[in-house]
Order: sequence, then structure tokens, then C-alpha cells
Amino acid sequence: MRLLVVEDDEVLSDGLKVGLNMLGFTVDAVGRVADACEAVAVNRFDAIVLDLMLPDGSGLDVLAQLRASGGRTPVLLLTARDEVGDRIAGLDAGADDYLGKPFDLDELAARLRAIIRRAQGRAESRPQWRGVTLDPARMSAEQDGRTVPLSRREFTILQALMDNPGTIQSKTALEQKLYGWQEDVESNTVEVHVHKIRAKLGAELIETVRGVGYRLKDEAP
Amino acid sequence: MTSIRLRLFAILLATTGAVWLFAVVWTYVNTQAEVERVLDARLTEAARMVSSLITDHHIDVAAAVDAANAREASGVFEQGEGYSRQLSCQIWSLQGTLVSRSESAPVTSLADHREGFAETEINGERWRVFAVINPTLGVRVLVGDSLEIRERLVGGVIKGLLLPALVILPMLALLIWLSVCRGLAPLNRIAASLSSRSATELHPLPEAPAPREVRPMIAALNSLFRRVEDVRVRESDFTAYAAHELKTPLAGLKTQAQIAMRSEDPDTRRQALSQILSSVDRTSRMVRQLIDMARVDARDDVVSRDQVDVMRLIEELSVELSPVAAQRRVQIAVRSDGEQAALCIATDRTLLRLILRNLLENALQHAPPGTQTICTTRAADDSLTIQIDDFGPGMTADEQTRSADRFYRGPLSAPSGSGLGLSIVQMAIERLGGSLDYRNREEGGLSVAVTLKRSAA
Repeated sequence: MRLLVVEDDEVLSDGLKVGLNMLGFTVDAVGRVADACEAVAVNRFDAIVLDLMLPDGSGLDVLAQLRASGGRTPVLLLTARDEVGDRIAGLDAGADDYLGKPFDLDELAARLRAIIRRAQGRAESRPQWRGVTLDPARMSAEQDGRTVPLSRREFTILQALMDNPGTIQSKTALEQKLYGWQEDVESNTVEVHVHKIRAKLGAELIETVRGVGYRLKDEAP
Repeated sequence: MTSIRLRLFAILLATTGAVWLFAVVWTYVNTQAEVERVLDARLTEAARMVSSLITDHHIDVAAAVDAANAREASGVFEQGEGYSRQLSCQIWSLQGTLVSRSESAPVTSLADHREGFAETEINGERWRVFAVINPTLGVRVLVGDSLEIRERLVGGVIKGLLLPALVILPMLALLIWLSVCRGLAPLNRIAASLSSRSATELHPLPEAPAPREVRPMIAALNSLFRRVEDVRVRESDFTAYAAHELKTPLAGLKTQAQIAMRSEDPDTRRQALSQILSSVDRTSRMVRQLIDMARVDARDDVVSRDQVDVMRLIEELSVELSPVAAQRRVQIAVRSDGEQAALCIATDRTLLRLILRNLLENALQHAPPGTQTICTTRAADDSLTIQIDDFGPGMTADEQTRSADRFYRGPLSAPSGSGLGLSIVQMAIERLGGSLDYRNREEGGLSVAVTLKRSAA
């Protein structure tokens, strides 16, 4: 899942990037309102983590612009002021959730997964397909009662497919979910990771749609 | 007297009473003069009448006096028993024998003088007597009336004036009291509207319906409200910023610590730990600055005047800041222009130290590596200027105006800055009565000059 982190404090921004990455997210980080607005206009993110006090304005400005242009990306606000009035203002401005600083990395990840799930219209926190259950909190899959550990990239690809069963995910769309801006995209990585997933969970799970991308294979044989 | 109501009431009552009293005295004096004039005229007329009557030889004296009295009874002073038949008449021969007298007249002579008016006292009774001499008959006619009666007459007039006043005065007092209360009602309304406010309701009072006299007070109150509101907003902004600036590094520390604990990769762990270290450094600097700011705030009225050797202070600071300078690879050059003695100034050492430390630290943070930060001290007769030049990016005009805002960090500010340094400098300079000037140097970088007056009070 691809995230945009808007935070001007370098240490926290770096922490969010590294920490959320370890928890299975692909993170892009910016530190200013202007950069955030530009990033939101150009890229598709699954969720946005937004600090309220930024050097060139308020995080609410980013939120307002996003919502005004019809963007429905779920937004989690990070703020130092833990007052009800601020929370109400944030939620009214179109934020989906709210977390006061300092916070726990795991809680942030759980809340992000929850707002992303809600935005996709799913109540189930652990997507299932043909006997395979995905556990986002542990970045692993379960098959026939055994736990199959997945690497971050394998997990990201499998999650993208299982979140939208039946739809075809293009190679480019999957690459976007795998890599942030600063990371170089290695060619064939998507193929490599799909190959590894098939090795771990069986070749029957993911189907290659030639020239288009990948999708989960239907239950009917 | 602290109550306006009581004061107004007393003043109004006293002045009304005084006017009343003046009217009474004036009426008294006037009435007395008038009564005297009329009664004197009566005496003269009566005496002449008696004199002329006896000249005719037909009428005896007693009848003449009775005639005079009868005329009197139907006259102006027909007010009852007290005033009638009070006129006494005596006719004396010029040789000094009593020829005749009226019924009410005493046996002794009413007066000794020959002609005209006189006042005498007979048997304890005071009389006013008019004498007229009839040369044809060789008699002297005396007509007199009792002064007591005259006074009773004047007294009656005054009583007639005073009695209603005694009834009216309490009513007047009540009316004055009510009017004063009514007149002060706008003040009560303002007081009521103020006392029903909560501590945070600082909107201005409406000036329009208030009486003109109260408006200056309302204007003053409103301006006070504005100032209090400004302070409140600034305090609340400060709290919000302080919360953000302190909690954000804490969030960063916690996140990095969680990364360090759970990452298997030694590089990631080392990176996280080094982030923690730099964040701790930055946060402790901010905590120190917050404490400095509180200290400057607290020094509001206690600004001590020590003899400060500015050059030594700068040397101390450059030693203190040498780790930062070394880390940033910036050299601090200290220069001076003036006699050793002239480079000392009587000022508050703590505040000056805070100013210079923050300015030097700023210069070091912004200067590109490998450059110099030049600190020049210049002595003049009446002032001392300390100028700090760096080769950093300088300051935009907007940054220069907003630099004193607490927690403001301009677009060119150092990433490790707290936004507090220049606020502290500005506050401290104000306490010392000095001035601070920013100037972007033509060769690049910022030049900050602190000027302190020597004999500043």
C-alpha cells in the first residue's frame, strides 16, 4: 500500500518512512504544503499521513485542496494538539482519522490499514481467496492452517491483488505500489515476486493476463 | 465619598437647599423693608390726620384716633385681632402736658423727640413713633405702633414661605435621589453586562447607546479588552506551537526507537540511533531556549547593570560554541575596533550573553561549511555595536519582519532551528533598550548588528 507522509520534522519523517516501510507500506515523504499538493495531484496514494503544522501552512490546506478536487484518498491527521476542538475541525475538514503525537508505530499502521479498508468498502480486515488468508498486521499469509511468511514486496503485491479480487492489476500499477519516488524500479521485479508468491502459495493462486497484468485466478477450475 | 450616587445626591440637595435658603433670606429682608415702609407711611398719615382733625376744633382727640384706627381696620393689615387697634396716639402740649391719648396708648410719653421718626422703649415694649407739631394749637401729636407687631407680621410672611418648604424638601430629596439613580442607570447596565461575562468573553462593549460621558470609559475598556485578547491569542498560539514543537521530536524519537528495536538490519538500526541522537540534541537546544525565554520574560523589571567586557564575553561564547562550529566546519573570527576600556559596557550580562549566543548560533547554523562567521565589536562615544556577519543565505524581507514571532521558521531557516532564537534576541534587546538591525550583505550572507546605548537609563 502506497502512502504519502506530509511531515516537516526530518527525524519523524524519516522514522515514518523507515518504520511504515518495515510494516509493509510503500512511503513517499514531503515536508511542505506546496509539495504535498503537487504530490497528491500527480500520484495515487492509498492513504495520506498529514501533519497539521507545516512551515508554509496548515495540513488542513492540503486536505481542503484534496477534497475540493474530488480526491477521496483516506487521510490520517497527526497533531500535537490533542484537543477535542482540533479533532473536530480536522474530521470536519474531511480527515478519516486522527492520531496525537507521540504515537505508537503499530497503532499508526493499524489505523492506516483500517481507513484504507474502509475507503475500499471492505469490513474484513483479513482478505481471503481460495483458502489463502492475508494477515496485514503480521505481513504474512495463512494457507491450510499454516503460516506462510512473506517479504514486504511479496506481501504488497498479494495484498493489491486480494484487495480487488477479479480485477486485473497492471504491472505499472503494482510497481507504483512497490516503490517510492526515491527508489529505483528494477525491471522484472514484479515478475520475480509473483514467481516467489506462486512458489510459496501454489501456482494456481495468481493468473497472468498476457500483455495486461495479473489477477487472482477464479475458483472455478 | 466613594459613591457617585451619594455624592451627586448630596451636591444636588445642598445646592437646592442653598438656593432655597437664599430665597428665604431675600424675601425676609425685602418683606421687612416693605412692611416698615408701609407701616411708617401709616404712622405719618395717622399723625397728620390727627393733627388736621384737631385743628378743626370740632372733633375730640379720642374720636380722631378711633377714626384713624377704624380706617386702619379696613386697610391692608386686616389680618385679625393681633394687628388691629395697635396704633397708639398721644397729644402733648408744647409745654409738656398730656392733652389727650388713645385708649391703647401708655400714660408716659411715647417719645421725647420733637418731630419725625424715633424708636423708643416703654415698659419693656419697643415702639416706633412718629411726631408732628401743630403750631396753630401748640400741640405735638405722637403716633406709635409696637415693633413686636411688625416683626410678627414679617415672621408670618416668612413662616408662610418656610412651612411649605419643609413639606416640599423631603419630596424634593426623593425626586433628586430617583433622578440620580436614573441618571446612573447606564453605568449599572454596563456593570451588569460586564459582570455577567465569562473570562474569555472579550468582545468590545457597544458604544452607541451609552451616554456621551460614559463613552471615554467604554472606549478605554474596549482598548483594554483588545490588548488582553491579543495577549490571550499570543499565549494560546504559543501553547499550540510549544506543544507541536515539543511533541513532534518526541514522536520522532519514539518512532526511531521502535525502528531501532525491531529492525534486524544493522545499518537501519545505526541510522535510527543516529537520528535519535540528533533529535535529542535539537530538542535539548529548544528546551534550553524555552527556559531562556522564560528567564528573559521573568527579568522584566530586574535588569542589572554590570560592567561587561564584551570581547571577553564573545571569546567565552566562541569557545562554548566551538563544537557546533567544528561540526558545521565554520570558523568564528573575532574582531574589535576601539580601546580595550571602550569595549566594556554597563549592561545586563545574562541578557547580552543570551543575545550574542543566539545570534552566533544562528550564524553558525546558516553558514555554508568552510566559511567564516565574523564577529566585530565597535565602540563609539555613546554606544557599542556588535556585528555578526555570515555567508549564509541571508533573510527575506518577510523573514525579517516575522523573525521575532515565536516558533516562526522561515523558508530559508536551518532544519534544526526551533524558531525561538530571534524571538529571545528581540525580547532581550527590548529589555536592554538596544536595537537590532538585519541587513543582507552584498557579497552574500546576513549581517546582524546589535547596538547598545552606553548611558541608557
